[in-house]
Amino acid sequence: MSTRPSASVLWLLGPKVRSKFNRNKTDERRRFKWGLLGFVGLFFWTFIFGVIFRMLLYFRGTQGIGDLLAAKLLGIALLTFLMILLLSNVITALSTFFLSDDMELLVAAPVDSVQLYGARLVETIVDSSWMVALLAIPLLAAYGVVYAASWPFYALAVATIVPYLVLPAVVGSAFTLMLVNVFPARRTRDLLALIGLFAAAGVVALFRFLRPERLVRPEEFRDLVDFMAVLRTPTSPWLPNEWAAQSLMSQLTGGFDPFPFALLWTTAAAFFVIGSWLHLRLFPTGFTRAQEGAELRKGRPRSTKLEQLKWAAPATRQLVSKEIRVFFRDTTQWSQLILLAVLVVVYVYNIKVLPLYTGEQVSFFLINVVSFLNLGLAGFVVAAIAARFVFPGMSLEGRMMWLLRSSPLDVRSLFVTKYWVGTIPLLLIALPLIVVTNVILEATPLILGITTVSMVGVTLAMTALALGLGALYPNFETENVAEIPTSFGGLVFMMSAVSYLAVVVMLLAWPVNGLLQARFAGQTGGADLVPLVLGAGGALLVTLACVIVPLKAGIRRVRSLQ
Amino acid sequence: MRDYGMSEPVQEQLRRLMDGVGPGEDATPEMLSLNGIVKRYGEFSAVNGLDLTVPRGEIFGFLGPNGAGKTTTIRMVAGVLEPTEGSVVIGGYDLATHPMEAKSRIGYIPDRPYLYEKLSGGEFLRFVSGLWGKDEPASEDRADGLLEIFHLLEWKHELIESYSHGMRQKLLITSALIHQPELIVVDEPMVGLDPRSARILKDLFRVFVERGGTVFLSSHTLEVVEAVCDRIAIIREGGVIAQGTMDDLRTQVDSGGADLEEIFLKVTGNEDMAEVVAGLQESRF
Repeated sequence: MSTRPSASVLWLLGPKVRSKFNRNKTDERRRFKWGLLGFVGLFFWTFIFGVIFRMLLYFRGTQGIGDLLAAKLLGIALLTFLMILLLSNVITALSTFFLSDDMELLVAAPVDSVQLYGARLVETIVDSSWMVALLAIPLLAAYGVVYAASWPFYALAVATIVPYLVLPAVVGSAFTLMLVNVFPARRTRDLLALIGLFAAAGVVALFRFLRPERLVRPEEFRDLVDFMAVLRTPTSPWLPNEWAAQSLMSQLTGGFDPFPFALLWTTAAAFFVIGSWLHLRLFPTGFTRAQEGAELRKGRPRSTKLEQLKWAAPATRQLVSKEIRVFFRDTTQWSQLILLAVLVVVYVYNIKVLPLYTGEQVSFFLINVVSFLNLGLAGFVVAAIAARFVFPGMSLEGRMMWLLRSSPLDVRSLFVTKYWVGTIPLLLIALPLIVVTNVILEATPLILGITTVSMVGVTLAMTALALGLGALYPNFETENVAEIPTSFGGLVFMMSAVSYLAVVVMLLAWPVNGLLQARFAGQTGGADLVPLVLGAGGALLVTLACVIVPLKAGIRRVRSLQ
Repeated sequence: MRDYGMSEPVQEQLRRLMDGVGPGEDATPEMLSLNGIVKRYGEFSAVNGLDLTVPRGEIFGFLGPNGAGKTTTIRMVAGVLEPTEGSVVIGGYDLATHPMEAKSRIGYIPDRPYLYEKLSGGEFLRFVSGLWGKDEPASEDRADGLLEIFHLLEWKHELIESYSHGMRQKLLITSALIHQPELIVVDEPMVGLDPRSARILKDLFRVFVERGGTVFLSSHTLEVVEAVCDRIAIIREGGVIAQGTMDDLRTQVDSGGADLEEIFLKVTGNEDMAEVVAGLQESRF
C-alpha cells in the first residue's frame, strides 16, 4: 500500500472555521449581535487609545526621558500580556489538546503528529490570545500616531505580534503536556490548583518585579541619573517582551534594529520545533491518561451533608446537592476558579500598592472617595465572577432539561435554588473582599458600613442578572463552559451589570458625598436628608428591579422552552 | 452471501461501492493481533493480558458483560488509547511504532461519537476523508452512494445538529467507509438504526468481508452477533473466556442446540439466569 499524504494543519482547522461560519450563517440575530459587539469594541478601543495617547503625549513633553518612558511603558504592557498569555495558554491547552470531544476522531486518524500539533496550537493561540491581540491594536496604534509613524511601523507591529503570541502558546501547551504526563488525569483538579498557585504567584511576582508604582513617584529616586538608570534597565533581557518593545521602539525612533526582531522570530521557530518534538514524544501517553479520568472514578463519592437538610423540600435538597456536586466535579469549572483567584489577588494587591500613604499626606476626603470607588470595582469583580459561574447555570442544564421539565418540579423552584446556590458563595467572596480592601484603605466606619450593606444589594442583583440573562441567552450546544460567558449573552450581561453598578454608585455617591462634606465641616446631624432618601431609595429600587425583572424574565423563558 | 432478504439492487449497489476494498499486495494473513494487552487504571485492570488474532475476511464478534473491558479494548485497537502493556498489530504494523500505517487501515465507529454539530453531513464526510488522505472525487462518489443507500442523501447539506440519532449513526458508518479501510472497528453498530438500515448494515459488512475486508465488532445485541459473525470471543474481567465459531462455543459449553444468549449467560457465570430464561421460553411456547 502506498503511503498516504497526511492531512495538513489547514485541513485539520477546517471544521472549526467552517463551524464558526455556519453558526454565523444560521444565526438570525447576527446583525444585531455584530453591531452591538462592534459598538462595544469601538468604545473600548477608543478608551484605551485615548489613555495611551495622553500618556505618550505627556511623556514626549518631558525632555530627554520621553522615549525611555514610552519604551518602558511598552515593555511593561507587553510583559503583562506575556503573563496573561502564559496562564491562559496553559488552561486553554488542556481543553484543546486533551479534553476536546473531537480529539478521539483525530487521534484515531492517521494524522501526522506535527500537523496535529500545529493545528491544535493555532486553535490554542486563537482561543487564548484573541483578547490580548485586540488590546494590542489600540495600544500600538497610539504609539504609531504619537510618533507619526508610517506604514512600515504598522507592518512591523503585526509581524512582531505573531511570534509574540506563538511563544507563550508553545510554552503554555508544553507545560500542560508535561503536567498531564506527570499527574494521573484523575488528579486534574490538583493539577489545575497547582497551575492556579503558580499563576497567582506569577502575577504577584510580576508586579513586585516591575514595581510600576515607582515610576510614577520619581521623587523616591536619589536623583535623575538613578531614575534614568531604572528606565534604561530592561525588565529582563531574556524575555520576549523586551525584544518586541526594542524592535518596535527602534522603528519609531528612527533606526530600525533588526536584531531583536530576528531574535523574536528565531526563538519562536526554535520553540515550535521543541514543542512539536515534545508533542511527538509525550502526547500519546498524555492523551491516554486524560481519557482515563473520564472512565473511572475511584472510591465512593463523599456523601454531602446537604442531603440531610431537613428544612428543605426533597426536590430543593436534591437540587442544591446536585448543583454543588456537579460544580466541584467539573474540572473545567475548576480552571475558572483559578482565574477567579488570580482576579481577586490582582485586585487586592493593587489596592495595597495604591500610593495613598506615601509622600505627602493624602487627604481624608480622597481616601473616602477611593473607598467608595472601591465599591464599584469590587462590584465589577463580583460581576466577572457571576459571569463565569452563575451566568452559564441554565446553559449547563442544557441537555438535562428534559428531566427537569418532565419532573413535577416547578421552574420557579429551579430558579430560586440556582439563585441561592449562586448568591451565597458570591456573598462569601464579595463581603470579605469589600471589608478587607476598605480596612487596607483605612476607610471610616461610616463608609465601611455603607459599602458593606451596598455590596449585599449589589451581589443579590448581580446573581439575578446573571441567572436571568443566562436563561434568556442560553447556549445548550457548547462543549466548553468557558465559551458561555464570552458569548453574546455574556456580553449583554456584562454591559447590564456595569450599567447597573454605575447607576448604583452614582445614586449612593450623591448623599454620601453630602454626608462626608458635612462631617468634614464639623457639622453633626445637620446633613440634608433629601439626597440621602432619594439616593439610597433610588439605589434600593434599582437593585430590587434588577433582582425581580431578570428572574421573572428567565423563568418565563425557560417555561417557554420546547 | 447470507440472505437477509435484501433486495438485489441494493446488494449490487453495495458491491459496486466496495470496489477497491481489500488487502494490498504486502498484506499479512492476520488483519488484527492483540498480543498480551493490559490496560490498567491505577490499581484497577480493565484489560488483563488479552490475546486475540483475527484473520482477514472475517466478521469477528467481541462480547462481554458490562464493564468487561470491551470498549477499552476497542479504543486501544482504534489507536485512541495506549495499552499499558502488550501490542496491537494491524495488518502487520504495530500501532505503537507505526501508527500512521496502522491507522490508515482502520475505519473506526465509536459508540459515543462526537460529530461537529455545525458542519453539514457532506462537509463532515469530506473532512474525514481528508484525514485519511483521500480527499478525491472517488471518495465523494462513494460517500454519496452510501448516503443514498441509507436514504440520507437529501440531508447531505443540512447541519448535523438537525440529524436524528439514527441519522448520525448512519453518517458515522459512512464516514468510516469512505477511505476504504481494511478493518472496520465498530462498537455497538446497530444503536439507533431502523430495521431497514440495520439490515443494510449487516449486508454491508458481509459484502465488505467478501472483498477481503475484516470487521471487529462489539455489541450487546446477541441476535445480530449470532447472525453476522463468523467467529466470536467472549471476555470477562479483561480476559478471553471463550472463543471460536458458534459450533466451537456450543462444544465449549457442552450444549448442542444452545443459542448465543444461553452460551453467553453460561460462560459469563450467569447459569442460573440461563435457566430462568430457558424456563420462560418453555412456558411461552
